[in-house]
Amino acid sequence: MEATSEKLSNITRLSKISIRTFVSQVPLLGWLLGALIAVALEHFVGTPFARTLGLPKALSLFGFLIILKKPFLIPSAVAYVLLIYILPIGIVARSSASIMNKLVGKLLDFPMIFSVIIHLGLLYAVVHWWSDMSLYRNDVARFMLIAVMVTLSLNIINGYMGEFSCSHPGFLALGAYSASVFTVLLFVDDRIFGLAWLPKTIGPFFFPIALIIGGLVAAVGALAVAIPSFRTRGDYLAIISLAFMFIVKSLIENLEVVGGPRGLSSQPNWASLPVVFMCTVLAVWIINNFVRSTFGKALNAVRDNEMAADAMTVNTRRTKMTAFLFGAFWAGVAGALYAHVVRYVNPGDFDIKKLAEVLAMVYFGGLNSVYGAIVGACGISLLGEALRPLALYKWIIIPLLLILVMIYRPTGLIAFKEFDVKKLIQPKKVSP
Amino acid sequence: MSLLEIDRMTHYFGGLRAVHNYDLDINPGQIRGLIGPNGAGKTTIFNLITGIYQPTEGKIFLEGSELNGRSPHEIASMGIGRTFQNMLLWRHMTVLEHVKMARYSKLSYGLIGAFFGTARRHREEAESEEKAYYLLKRMGVDQFADQIVINLPYGAQRRVEMARALSMEPKILFLDEPTAGMNPEELVQMMEIIRNIHKDLHLAIFLIEHRMKVVMELCERIQTLVFGEVIAEGTPEEIQNNPKVIDAYLGKETVE
Repeated sequence: MEATSEKLSNITRLSKISIRTFVSQVPLLGWLLGALIAVALEHFVGTPFARTLGLPKALSLFGFLIILKKPFLIPSAVAYVLLIYILPIGIVARSSASIMNKLVGKLLDFPMIFSVIIHLGLLYAVVHWWSDMSLYRNDVARFMLIAVMVTLSLNIINGYMGEFSCSHPGFLALGAYSASVFTVLLFVDDRIFGLAWLPKTIGPFFFPIALIIGGLVAAVGALAVAIPSFRTRGDYLAIISLAFMFIVKSLIENLEVVGGPRGLSSQPNWASLPVVFMCTVLAVWIINNFVRSTFGKALNAVRDNEMAADAMTVNTRRTKMTAFLFGAFWAGVAGALYAHVVRYVNPGDFDIKKLAEVLAMVYFGGLNSVYGAIVGACGISLLGEALRPLALYKWIIIPLLLILVMIYRPTGLIAFKEFDVKKLIQPKKVSP
Repeated sequence: MSLLEIDRMTHYFGGLRAVHNYDLDINPGQIRGLIGPNGAGKTTIFNLITGIYQPTEGKIFLEGSELNGRSPHEIASMGIGRTFQNMLLWRHMTVLEHVKMARYSKLSYGLIGAFFGTARRHREEAESEEKAYYLLKRMGVDQFADQIVINLPYGAQRRVEMARALSMEPKILFLDEPTAGMNPEELVQMMEIIRNIHKDLHLAIFLIEHRMKVVMELCERIQTLVFGEVIAEGTPEEIQNNPKVIDAYLGKETVE
């Protein structure tokens, strides 16, 4: 009896080790290639393969939806995920590991931007093919990318700066509405604003301006929160920012010009997947640059000990203001993108439920970390979609999960980890 | 011209007079000491000079320019570096990040550089890192550079704090009980470090200390503070033999 259990634990230990070495030897490019092959496989044989397994169609979200709706299909769904995703990714990643390591090493002889673009291109191809299967997937992918941007922008304030801000739905609303007004007023024949002022064909070139306007309006809104609350530390920001969120919501509800509580619709559909992808990549790049500079690190110094930061020449007030406005700016941009993905906004979208969702993403993923923001945003939005069939129970399961994370990893899954692009894309050492 | 000059500084916490008519005059390159029993107002004087509190009365000048009314980070950038009695380190940051952070006011790449990673930013950050490494090596803690600061042994943390204060290239360094909690061996090392940085950088140092050995060996002139008032000022010998100081602070048995 004892011998078998010892043997069993030995086997699990060995398999753990072998999985670890297996994972650690594959460079990022290998994983991306594996994912690309898997997605291509699904693209070409996904539907017929699903039919043979007895599934109605190719699984739209890794089988989560179907499992909850029709539990007797679980074995088929598991087989589908295993054969379409996990096995191809694993096999391709493992078998291409040594070639990919060499290739990545060669790529690094050129300027780094070159291999970054190749990685991003491959990542985009994966996302594109995956979301090409259905409109639903396309929406999920775009919401996920926007969620990454929102989470990252809130992580600057709640993670890097260590304050507790609740005003993000307000910033999202400001960004969404101001960008919508800009595009609808100028380029769309609309019930509220009348005829378009400019021809719609040149519109897409003005879309970046709309996004920036959304961001700037949100930043101006942030100023209204920051000026009274950054004179002191502590709970003031949480209270004032919560008030701000409600003020923005009721302001929009009572503003008939933008449709009041009925909302504002008919935004042009310029926020396609490549546009959202590019915006999110840009946001990650700029925010990561910022938090890794000494000016960004000053946020951590202010959080950990403001008196010491001041005594070491750090202009603490300016640091806090900049970070807060910067975070609000990206929230505004995300809101503007969101408005053009959904193509309809109403003030009810930006209430305390939205706040709970964003906070869950930040605290689930991990404070003070770009990885954490990405993991948290993707994880919670996928989970939210996957649990959609459970309707109300979704809002019991997600908070429960959050409580578990808070108990076992109080700062989130991947907290306090630097997002170093150079380390991420370099070849992995192959152990002998 | 004197480096740091304080003219009849007085400070009240509500109705409590913490510091009364305090005068100070430090010349460049001088080591000065401030001793006194607990609660005498020594750290309050540091906090008043560095701008954490504003004095109720009196003027403070650094190289002729007035410090009253300025914020702590401005005063720090003007050339006053300091360490804290209870070591205010940033618990989630690495040793290297600590020392680089104190060069905040020396960086000029601004937000554009921070957002877009310009060439200027890379140059300035690299230069800052090089200087930080030099200071860490000098303090003998460069092997900890990439570690989170709270994982370091106590003595090493003290040195990191000192390296951080030096990293801002101050004209005068305020040390608030730099040897508190150290064992005799660490104490000797710390005194050696203070002596060395004073000699090599020709830095003025203003020291609060409880250990007589440290103050008596290092300082050129010493002030004794009791209940916010200077009761004696002079060379170490004069202080040691001053009956008022013996009575109020040193106690009879210290002087044989």
